[in-house]
Amino acid sequence: MKGNEAIAHAVIRYGADGYFGYPITPQSEVLETLSELRPWETTGMVVLQAESEVAAINMVYGGASTGKAVMTSSSSPGVSLKQEGISYLAASELPALILNVMRGGPGLGTIQPSQSDYFQATKGGGHGDYHLIVLAPSTVQEMADFVGLGFDLAFKYRTPSLILADGIVGQMMEKVVLPPQRPRRSEEEVRRQCPWAATGRGTRKHRNVITSLELDSAKMEENNHRFQATYRRIEENEVRFQEYYTDDAEYLIVAFGSVARICLKAIEDAREKGIRIGLLRPITLWPFPYKEISRLAGQVKGVLTVELNAGQMVEDVRLAVEGRVPVTHYGRMGGIVPNPGEVLEALHRDFNVEL
Amino acid sequence: MKEEIVIAGFGGQGVLSMGKILAYAGLMDNLEVTWMPSYGPEQRGGTANVTVILSDSPISSPVLDTYDTAVVLNQQSLDKFEPKVKPGGTLIYDPSGIHRLPERSDITVVSVDAMTAAIELKNSKTYNMILLGALLKKRPVVEIDAVLRGLKKTLPERHHHLIPLNEQALRKGMELA
Repeated sequence: MKGNEAIAHAVIRYGADGYFGYPITPQSEVLETLSELRPWETTGMVVLQAESEVAAINMVYGGASTGKAVMTSSSSPGVSLKQEGISYLAASELPALILNVMRGGPGLGTIQPSQSDYFQATKGGGHGDYHLIVLAPSTVQEMADFVGLGFDLAFKYRTPSLILADGIVGQMMEKVVLPPQRPRRSEEEVRRQCPWAATGRGTRKHRNVITSLELDSAKMEENNHRFQATYRRIEENEVRFQEYYTDDAEYLIVAFGSVARICLKAIEDAREKGIRIGLLRPITLWPFPYKEISRLAGQVKGVLTVELNAGQMVEDVRLAVEGRVPVTHYGRMGGIVPNPGEVLEALHRDFNVEL
Repeated sequence: MKEEIVIAGFGGQGVLSMGKILAYAGLMDNLEVTWMPSYGPEQRGGTANVTVILSDSPISSPVLDTYDTAVVLNQQSLDKFEPKVKPGGTLIYDPSGIHRLPERSDITVVSVDAMTAAIELKNSKTYNMILLGALLKKRPVVEIDAVLRGLKKTLPERHHHLIPLNEQALRKGMELA
């Protein structure tokens, strides 16, 4: 099935309580598949096409405030519209899952694949000092798997998770093993798991209030310290990445999402000619695998970053490498996807690697 | 085994669904598969192409430089993909709507007049299945039986009565190639 369809199946099987979205290419199959699967008749999960992206993210805010497992999805221009709501979710320490199937920008741009929302996703697309946990799937299987992972991390740290996919993983079809169907949590289980949630006062002495507003500066700074402490814990525990052929690599490619697979093919072609190139694929874009790239920088002669943008993740790679070896960037924009041959040409261009 | 295939033509010719049926057949045979479409916003009239990879080991890139087999259904697609067939590979084309014939001599070139054959079968929608039959004759990467099992699994029940017609079209395509 398609990556977008895998997301729809996985969110139902996770036992999620609600999906709120608004259609936009190249991720409309998420809402379409959910509508076709009609989970409201089986698990009781709500699926709603909101009147806009802004409405959808605020429905997520409402659902998350009550401890429910809720998600929204969109593509680049729609995710821009959601940024205010995402900042509020982060500030209110609410778990939620957001999916961005990126298309070429800026503006309305194209409907073809892109990775040009890396900055928006990893550096805080909305206002204020916050981070999202950002997962970058490169296969349809990971599209399915990261729904559960995204929700689990969001609830563990009480912060929203973002699946940052591109049009390729959204639109392509591959084999996928779906997770087993989990039951939705009962009201009692939600209350137990989320003692902070607005579930009705019940026997509690106090009222749970979900808000991002705090007019007392001292308290607001305290809140910020608490958010930052959470982010440090996430950086400590949740960095995920995958290495390919790095043991003996003379040069390193860093790429994420579908582009990592294009680079892997380029590396396989180069290895047939005896050229030793390795690949590091960050799976979490935030927290970013700085330490691991730093370690590999001590071993290789140069690092090439390949992205579907003008050079965004390359800034984080440079921070990791700290000037010890040259770091270059190769990117295509506007919905154009490079083929493996172009990646090898970029290696030749930047490092004079003979191919 | 690894077969890298591109199918290209106009939107509405059944390019994407032909690729899909091939991919499902691969699934039936327990192969690793990727189906990667590349198309514009329009459903009909624009150019459409799809890359299908069938392999017995995990597949890295869904995007390729060159292909083992290309099926091209219009002049633009022939111009674009003829140079991208690997030496020794296969190029299948439909001569209707082609004014410049393929020129390469280091690949197997097969002309399949699928449109005429589809008219003979009295159903123009069998067009892509005839081409798929031709493809499977030249590159037997999956069994016809796997294609039919794939169809059975993916088609809604109400369309199952069309499976025999599809089988007929597949076999017609095999004859033509």
